[in-house]
Amino acid sequence: MAENHITEVSGTGVPIRGNDIDTDQILPARFMKEVTFDNMADYLFYDARRDDDGTLNDHPLNVYEGANVAVVNKNFGCGSSREHAPQAMMRWGVDGVVGESFAEIFRDNCKSLGIPAATADRETVTDLQDWIEANPDGEIEIDVEAETVTYGGRTVDVEIDDAMKEALVEGIWDTTALMYSNLSKVEETAAQLAYVEGAD
Amino acid sequence: MSRNTLYDKVWEKHRVTELPNGQDQLFIGLHLIHEVTSPQAFGMLRERDLDVAFPDRTYATTDHIVPTETEKRDRPLEDAQAEEMLSALERNTGENGITFFGFESGRQGITHVVAPELGLSQPGMTVACGDSHTSTHGAFGSIGVGVGTSQIRDILATGCIAAEKQRVRRIEVEGSLGEGVYAKDVILKIIQELGVDGGVGHVYEYGGPAVRELDMEGRLAVCNMSIEGGARAGYINPDETTYEYLRGREYVPEGQEFEELKAYWESIRSDEDAEYDDVVTIDVDGMDPLVTWGINPGQVIEVSEPIPAPEDFETGTERKAARKAYDHMDHEPGDSMLGYDVDVAFLGTCTNGRVSDFEVAADVLAGNTVAEGVRALAVPGSETVREQCEARGLDEVFIEAGFQWRRAGCSMCLAMNDDSLEGDEVCASSSNRNFVGRQGSKDGRTVLMSPAMVAAAAVEGEVTDVRRFFDDRARTVSADDVEEVAD
Repeated sequence: MAENHITEVSGTGVPIRGNDIDTDQILPARFMKEVTFDNMADYLFYDARRDDDGTLNDHPLNVYEGANVAVVNKNFGCGSSREHAPQAMMRWGVDGVVGESFAEIFRDNCKSLGIPAATADRETVTDLQDWIEANPDGEIEIDVEAETVTYGGRTVDVEIDDAMKEALVEGIWDTTALMYSNLSKVEETAAQLAYVEGAD
Repeated sequence: MSRNTLYDKVWEKHRVTELPNGQDQLFIGLHLIHEVTSPQAFGMLRERDLDVAFPDRTYATTDHIVPTETEKRDRPLEDAQAEEMLSALERNTGENGITFFGFESGRQGITHVVAPELGLSQPGMTVACGDSHTSTHGAFGSIGVGVGTSQIRDILATGCIAAEKQRVRRIEVEGSLGEGVYAKDVILKIIQELGVDGGVGHVYEYGGPAVRELDMEGRLAVCNMSIEGGARAGYINPDETTYEYLRGREYVPEGQEFEELKAYWESIRSDEDAEYDDVVTIDVDGMDPLVTWGINPGQVIEVSEPIPAPEDFETGTERKAARKAYDHMDHEPGDSMLGYDVDVAFLGTCTNGRVSDFEVAADVLAGNTVAEGVRALAVPGSETVREQCEARGLDEVFIEAGFQWRRAGCSMCLAMNDDSLEGDEVCASSSNRNFVGRQGSKDGRTVLMSPAMVAAAAVEGEVTDVRRFFDDRARTVSADDVEEVAD
């Protein structure tokens, strides 16, 4: 898994409009009572996707099934630290996200999972959302290295923060092995801390 | 770029090395785990045949899924999923030599209540937990960050996270709090002013006279909700209030060792001439108690103010968000939150589930009863809190007033156990999030407020200004005084 270089992701899009879409909406807490992430796709936006009688409504995830690129607005993924949220999106089929901004823990979780999270200004994002609505089968490509999104014959600039970009492109977004190789340095750092047992 | 702030100093001390992607490998001095976000991480560790690198720096408790009714805490738990999560945590901590504060320890509770009260959480540490409210620990002058499950795996395996430094915003809180106004109101005010995404990319350093005056439990409440303001971490420089709180706690050394630690704690305070990325001043002088009126923690008003009309907002997106909130909360233009009917009163959580929170609520409840038809829950943040409250007789005050006095857990903050809103019930809540669906029902409505305001709402059956209770009492006292004089 850790060897995966992620230089681009592509596919059709799903516009999930609205600012401050929190992780309680993305993955309601009552579905976190499982010890694996295996079933999380079933619970993605569970309440928002259903009417009171339980039937699926016209939520974008019901309309744009099979999409790979989610396009969102400001402060997406705010609230809880639950990795269940991006896990559910990934398992549903989302390979990349474009938005105006992301809550930090959510973005970190995306990085851990190898999901590029690109940001752009409001106009760029809403243009893309409008375009998806007009072209539900249209292909969108996020070029991680070039920090661009290409769709409908045009290419627009987006931003992917340096650390995420480097990690995805170099295939080192899974940081466990990388940090594990520094374990002796970690022990040295710990030993210097006043509050760690056995420190100087 | 900030310089010589507590954040800079603590970061530097915990920085192991720079990673190839430019992030820092940061040592985590205190790793807290619970049943919901850790089992998958232990699974990943097993897949890779890795051990826990620093079991002595890792502590576990169970909070999210636990029943809060005594008779439901017998094992196996009735809820098979909850039992599976709890058993997995017991197994994972047992196999890896991690201290676990389970039911039988007498110290079970919400991670962010347990670690501070046991003295595990100390100044100058880096604290991480798979829970966004890890920002709470910043109250001691540490860097507390919430992490996802893959990062929990990183910490278990290496003791570290990969992270980049944030910008540091100093929030200077001017003025002093009037009667009936608390730490909870301070943080709600900050989020109202700076917005729910105002802190993205930032760490908040809270200071100024109103923050200095807060006791540790108040400081914990402020730092707890940093994340609701979009800041992943928030902290307060340690001072005598901090050191006095820590002295004598179970995991805090005594004597010479304490003095040595204190020297370290003093050394990591932000310098007088520290540089911040920006400084914001917020005045809380004369502020009334605050409540939320909408569906995010930035939709806040002073309880006496009218709810802002959607048209009053500057941008189209804000107007849209306000309309959505109106729809969910069932408001009409010109409505006030005063008199907003309440079905449930909920006291507790990692924000306001500590002894002083129950004390202030009990003070309001003494001699009063919960309004008919209101379901009222008092859920201590930890079993230690419960015992301390009971030792002071507070449980009796709650029970006499008509509250259910429960056992420790996250409970109705996010309704992962049986404690849940039903239908479109309205909850006056001392918790931290009023997101749609947060308290277990997608139509449920949450009004965030201080514990004193929750107690007052429970008695009135509607949102009210708690200061009325103090006024009534003041009148009673003066009447007694007059009688005494007459005698």
